[in-house]
This record gives sequence, C-alpha cells and structure tokens, in this order.
Amino acid sequence: MAEDVWILGIHMTKFGKHKDLDTVDLAAEAALGALADGGVSMQQMGVLAAGNLMNAAAGIGQQLQKQIGQTGVPVFNVANACATGATALKTAIMAVKSGECDMGLAVGVEKLAGAGLLAGGARKEDSNTWEPSGRYGAVAPVDGRIGTETMPGVFAQIGMEYGHKYGGTSFELFARISEKNHAHSTLNPLAAYQKKFTVEEIMNDIMIAYPNTRPMCSANCDGAAAAVVISDSALKKLSKEQQKRAIKVSASVLTTDPYQEACQILPDVNTLTRNAAEQAYEQAGIGPDDLDLVELHDCFATAELVHYDNLKLCEPGGAVDFFQSGATWRDGKTPVNVSGGLESKGHPIAATGIANIWEVCHHLRGEAGDRQIENAKVGLAHVIGLGSACGVHILEKSAA
Amino acid sequence: MTEQIPLVDYLELGDDPHLVANECTSCHARFFDRRNACASCSGTDFQKVKVSTTGELKAFTIVAFAAPGVPVPFVAGLIDCDGTSVRGNVVNVEPDPEHVSLGMKVRLTTYPMGTDEAGTEAIAFGFEPIS
Repeated sequence: MAEDVWILGIHMTKFGKHKDLDTVDLAAEAALGALADGGVSMQQMGVLAAGNLMNAAAGIGQQLQKQIGQTGVPVFNVANACATGATALKTAIMAVKSGECDMGLAVGVEKLAGAGLLAGGARKEDSNTWEPSGRYGAVAPVDGRIGTETMPGVFAQIGMEYGHKYGGTSFELFARISEKNHAHSTLNPLAAYQKKFTVEEIMNDIMIAYPNTRPMCSANCDGAAAAVVISDSALKKLSKEQQKRAIKVSASVLTTDPYQEACQILPDVNTLTRNAAEQAYEQAGIGPDDLDLVELHDCFATAELVHYDNLKLCEPGGAVDFFQSGATWRDGKTPVNVSGGLESKGHPIAATGIANIWEVCHHLRGEAGDRQIENAKVGLAHVIGLGSACGVHILEKSAA
Repeated sequence: MTEQIPLVDYLELGDDPHLVANECTSCHARFFDRRNACASCSGTDFQKVKVSTTGELKAFTIVAFAAPGVPVPFVAGLIDCDGTSVRGNVVNVEPDPEHVSLGMKVRLTTYPMGTDEAGTEAIAFGFEPIS
C-alpha cells in the first residue's frame, strides 16, 4: 500500500480580468503562492505537472520553470479539457505515491477573459460544391443543422435529459440553482463576480441556450491555482505548524466515460462521475453523508443538478427534491459551491480543477473567513472535462 | 431532376428517407460515423441497419446564441428512435418552450439546404412533431 499524500501548500489567484498579467505571470503567482503557503521552495519539488488548455502545445511547465526555477526535474504538461487542473494534481500525486519523489507541484492556468463560446463559436462557410468529408461524410458544417456543438446547449440537454427521466425540473428550478451560487459568491473576494441575482433577474437575462441564460453559464475569466503535494513520511519531518495545516488527500480519482448507448450522441457526464465518486468514497473509506462541503462542476446551472445525483449526495433520481430541501445552500445539509461555483467564481479552465481543491482546503483549515463552513472536516472536489474526463478528490482535515 | 446529396452519409434519401447506423455484429452497439472498431466491445464487424424514423424527444435545448451564420433560435435535441439515440434539430415547430416539450413524439423529415455550383442539391434532416 502506497503511503498517504498530503496537500502542503495551495494558492489561487483572484479570478477575473488580469489585463497586465500574462499566462506565465498568473502561473508564477499561483506556484510561488503555493510554495510559500507550504513553507517550501521550488528546489524541493521533485516533479512539476502543469496545464494551460488553450495553449496546450506551448509547454506551460517549462515556461513557468524559466521564471521561477529551472531545477531540471521532470515536467508533465497535461491537457484534459476542463479537468486539466485535476489531471495536473493527480499527476503530481501519482509521482509522490509511486515513490519517485517526496514533493511535487501542480499548476493550472488560463487566460479566458472576454472569450465567447469555446465550442461552436465559429462555423466554416459552406463550400461551393457539396463534397462529403470527415467521419460522417458531411457535405457542410453540421453545427446548428444537426444539433448544437455549443457548451451551453450541450449541458442544457444534459439537465433536460435528467428532467425527462425523473421529472420535476423547470426553467425556474435551474435558475434557482444559479441564484444559490451567485448568492454564495458574495462572500468570496477571489470570485470573478460577486453579484447577487434574484431568480427573476436570472430568468429574464439574455437567453443563451434554453434553459440556460447568461448568469447560468460559467464565467470566462483569467486565473491560476497551484498546489504542493507531499508524502506522509516527508511531511513528518516538517514543523508542527506545517503538519497542522496540511490537508490529507484521502482519494484522488480520474475516470473517462465508459461506453453507454447514446454517449456519442449526447456526452454522458453521468456514468464517469458516478464511477469516480464510487471509487473515491471507497478509497477514502467515507460516504457522501460525511461530507461537510462539496465543490462540483457547475459549468452550467443545468449541470449542477445532475451531479447531486452522480456524486450520490441524494438518492438516485432525487436531485430535484434534494435541491428544493435547501440542502445545497451554505447553511444546508451538504453545502455545494460555497465559493460561488463556476457561474460566479469563474472558470479559467485549467485552473478550475485546483481552485476547487483550494476552496475545500481553505475551509478544512478553518481559514475561509466570512464564508467558513463551521467545523468542516471532510470535503469533495469534482470536475468534468467534456470528451470526457472526471476528477474527484476527497480531502480531510489534519488530525495533528 | 436535380441531383441530390445528403448532408451526411448516414442519411439515406429516396422515397423513404431514413438514417442508417453502423451496428456492431457482436454487441449491437450503433454508431453513425465511420468506424475503426466498436467503442463498446472493440469488435470490428459492422452491418448497416435502418434506424426507426419515429421517436421520442428525450432532451432538447433552444439555442439562442451560436456561431455567426447559424440561424437562431433553433431547437437541438436528442431523439430516442426505438432504442437508438439520434442527434438532430426539431423542425417545423415554433422554437419556444410552449411548443417543444420533453417526451413529445417526432418523426424524421428532410428538407433542401441549397444547390451548389454543379447544380447538386444538398438535403438535410430534422425531426418534426407528430401532431
């Protein structure tokens, strides 16, 4: 059995518009912040895992090293859609668990402020002759002709499909999920947006893809997050204060979407999340009832609903009742997205899968200020990258 | 008569327009694209099968914001055609939540997309409500 791995230091930048900082500046701020938070240096890191999805070929890891420390250690530049940050973290955790090194650094960074639709945002013009091409032998672009490639539209259907299966969903219900997350964001100074909305304001805002209006969509913004992970034996050699603030990684799971009927027609974000959650609960030896808070991938309000069920926070098919009981508000049974979630905190893609870990760690350390969930001891962080990849981490407060 | 070409090669035109899937001969998983092997069982033998032209709308969205050149609003949906899931637009309906509903019965329909320089007409498909 490999030894336990801990998060020693972690940092996220303010999410929002950083017009004077480039990708490397943001990554450096997060990385140096995480190292300082853990009381360690770049020279002690045995591995660096880094992600920057929109420029995945540029090698953000080595670019970062050239600004903060070219120590010659292995770099893994990772890209896994919206699960890129969680993939970087998982990579560093695997390196430490395998015994290749005692400490590793994971970084995720994205510059997205002002970006529009990230898929289905441009369509080629029709050519002058109908010539079949590609795997479907299409004679013209199919986005808008055979369904939609836009993310708000894809995730709208995912929420609607849940409604068709179990009933109880409505435009207003999905808007109320968004209302919750925007209300939560008012307590998070690092969120891109800290504006409270009424449910009417959300429903009357600009429609993007029914039932998702603009405030029900994740916010494109700039940001970075980084974490230092350490082996149990190396942590024991550090100071009492460092040991006290360290957060145990009780489960670190990454899954992809197993074949299901329809999964190549509408992405199935459910099965891989359920699989990841089941593996994570098994690894951690805890159940969903033990969770004091959850940060899940609310890339759209319609997505948050299905993940209550996928992460087993409620009975199968019971997500609507679960939400309507108030369980997922910050004063509820299982607070979900007390950071404000992707809809208001923002979604700088590769940073997201580490920023959600930062949020959970912050509460487990009792350092979350105004939005502290009292006596939080266990938390779960979840991300989905369409394509698909799912990361689930379960984190526990140090007993020290 | 104008020569016609389908928007995608899994749309079969003629007197009885329908969709054709590549079905894995060992596990019967169905796919619409050109296959290297089966995503479900990794088998490599496929047969062409006709997909039912009627179905039920399992999920939909009304896209109001899309790429330049894509006419909005339009209804994009997931249609369960007797056990085979199909992606398509819901057409010949007002694109609003009062006229489109989960579980509504739909059928395949085709329509001309335009004619190219050589005079060939492209034919697209969608699903229309069965009233």
